[in-house]
Amino acid sequence: MADPAGAARMYALLAWTWIRAAAQYPVSLAMLTAGTAVVTGLDVAAIALMFTRAPRIAGFDVAEALFLYGTATLSFGIADLVLGSTERLGEHVRRGTLDAMLVRPVSPLIQVATEEYSPRRVGKLVPAVTVLALALPRLDTTWTPGRVAMVPAMVAAGAFIFGGLWVLAGAVQFVLLESRGATKALTYGGGFLTQYPMSMFARDLVRGVTFVVPLAFVNWQPALYVLDRPDPLGLPGAARFASPAVAALVCAVAAVAWRAGLRHYRSTGS
Amino acid sequence: MGDAVIEAAALTKTFTRAGGVLRRRARTAVTAVDAVSFTVRRGEFVGYLGPNGAGKSTTIKMLTGILAASSGSLTVCGLDPSRRRTALARRIGVVFGQRTTLWWDLPLRDSLTLVRRLYRVEAAAHRTRLAELTALLELEPFLATPVRQLSLGQRMRGDLAAALLHDPELLVLDEPTIGLDVVSKATVREFLARINAERGTTILLTTHDLGDIERLCRRVMIIDHGRLAYDGGLGELRRTVGADRVLVVELDRPAPPIALDGIEAERADGPRQWLRLPPAANAAAVIAALAARYDVRDIALRETGIEDVLASLYRGDRAYGRPAPGGQRSSAE
Ligand SMILES: Nc1ncnc2c1ncn2[C@@H]1O[C@H](COP(=O)(O)OP(=O)(O)OP(=O)(O)O)[C@@H](O)[C@H]1O
Ligand SMILES: [Mg+2]
Repeated sequence: MADPAGAARMYALLAWTWIRAAAQYPVSLAMLTAGTAVVTGLDVAAIALMFTRAPRIAGFDVAEALFLYGTATLSFGIADLVLGSTERLGEHVRRGTLDAMLVRPVSPLIQVATEEYSPRRVGKLVPAVTVLALALPRLDTTWTPGRVAMVPAMVAAGAFIFGGLWVLAGAVQFVLLESRGATKALTYGGGFLTQYPMSMFARDLVRGVTFVVPLAFVNWQPALYVLDRPDPLGLPGAARFASPAVAALVCAVAAVAWRAGLRHYRSTGS
Repeated sequence: MGDAVIEAAALTKTFTRAGGVLRRRARTAVTAVDAVSFTVRRGEFVGYLGPNGAGKSTTIKMLTGILAASSGSLTVCGLDPSRRRTALARRIGVVFGQRTTLWWDLPLRDSLTLVRRLYRVEAAAHRTRLAELTALLELEPFLATPVRQLSLGQRMRGDLAAALLHDPELLVLDEPTIGLDVVSKATVREFLARINAERGTTILLTTHDLGDIERLCRRVMIIDHGRLAYDGGLGELRRTVGADRVLVVELDRPAPPIALDGIEAERADGPRQWLRLPPAANAAAVIAALAARYDVRDIALRETGIEDVLASLYRGDRAYGRPAPGGQRSSAE
């Protein structure tokens, strides 16, 4: 996007418009909000339970494991908050309704992402924030300024990596109309994978999510730095600081793929 | 050519129909738009006609930047549509008769306000323009209704207003009168004619409605099987395809087919006979000769309507003749 401020303004404008549109149905809005609150409450309760019961996972104690879980879910939640509804792109492509978005002077990415925007999306961040709030003070690490700064940096970089993957998944849907399941596996699967210590998984899988789909940079690599742990794969120490660069790379690839996808959009015959 | 709004040269769009990811050999290519070249100048009102599947909508999608052309060159308002789609969107208005560009759940008024902000129209300019459009399109009664609850005709008028709020140089419409009743059609036509005449907005529209064509389009382009088959005035089209005049003669009693100076009845039904006049024939002279030689009770002169012309062109009964530049054929009148 050539003009990030303009894009953000358009995003806010469209999101706000959808929120107001939803307010026309106050009953269903209230019910959905109540539903979200209940689900979120259960999530938080389950997490609290984990703090009392969970054993060590793959060499990580409870606080460390939940730190990984919290950073991953927060990054994923932020990306989902901003770009989650891009998974509907395939639907618009199939039905040809993307045409109407393409004749407006706003990126169709923003239009799809804000579609049916609801403040309830923010609710999904509550469990993640709760976990982090509980885990951070319990971590057994020396809090140097670098480590303190790394926590928000890794959450932000992780959000950009997931965001890039959402856009990439959207771009694929321009060409492969029935790819919603596959792309969902990439985004949600990635969200799931990063919730656990990578040392739990087979080495080949960890190599894959380090070098192919760079999910290891969402939280695993920077967490090794925060938690002062050796890398099971033996990567150089610089890898722990590579997340912002990886995020930039993923976003660049996503932007190129998105443009290519738009060029291949073929609309529908009627 | 400073005043060209659309310039298309050898514009082509080919769709490949894949037989599935694994069956590469089953691919077929459909050339929906085949080397089409034309220029539309500022202030023109052009009808883009053609049978179903001719390539009209595909052309419009390329003009608006929705689809990238497979080959050829295209400039709209001085921009390459597929590369500068967003910039172009600010300068053109687009209406799809089949599909709304409004927001389904928003009241029409809010939709129009959103359009204002998306297109960054100044509030004051917007107010005047909205008042104008509301009056012309009679939007007032349903401004507060969510778009989803509007009837087709109301929605169409809403879409037109949304497409024109930012005062575009070019308005592109794909079947804007489809499904509308006679009164709504009249409102829409009246409106289009006015903004073309008063604001000088260039208009390109596709339609299957003959009323639209006869009422609005001074120039028509006909596309058939993706190829531009005719580009010229509506009047010339009638003449070049030999839009014949037919004399319907009612005799006193059934008679053998009339034969008169090389003009023969092509059909007879009881006392009634049909004579097709050659383009150069003088109808008055033929009628006088008929009256002199036959017991004629009644004579009617019928011009072939644009409907017949298009039907026979689309069916392939007649060839499209391109009007020669300068209209040489007018000497035949
Ligand atoms: N997205 C697409 N994928 C494949 N083929 C397409 C696509 N869109 C159009 N076509 C084909 O291109 C040709 C032209 O279609 P187009 O929609 O441009 O016709 P049209 O002139 O608008 O017809 P109508 O009057 O029926 O609306 C048709 O053969 C159609 O099947
Ligand atoms: Mg069409």
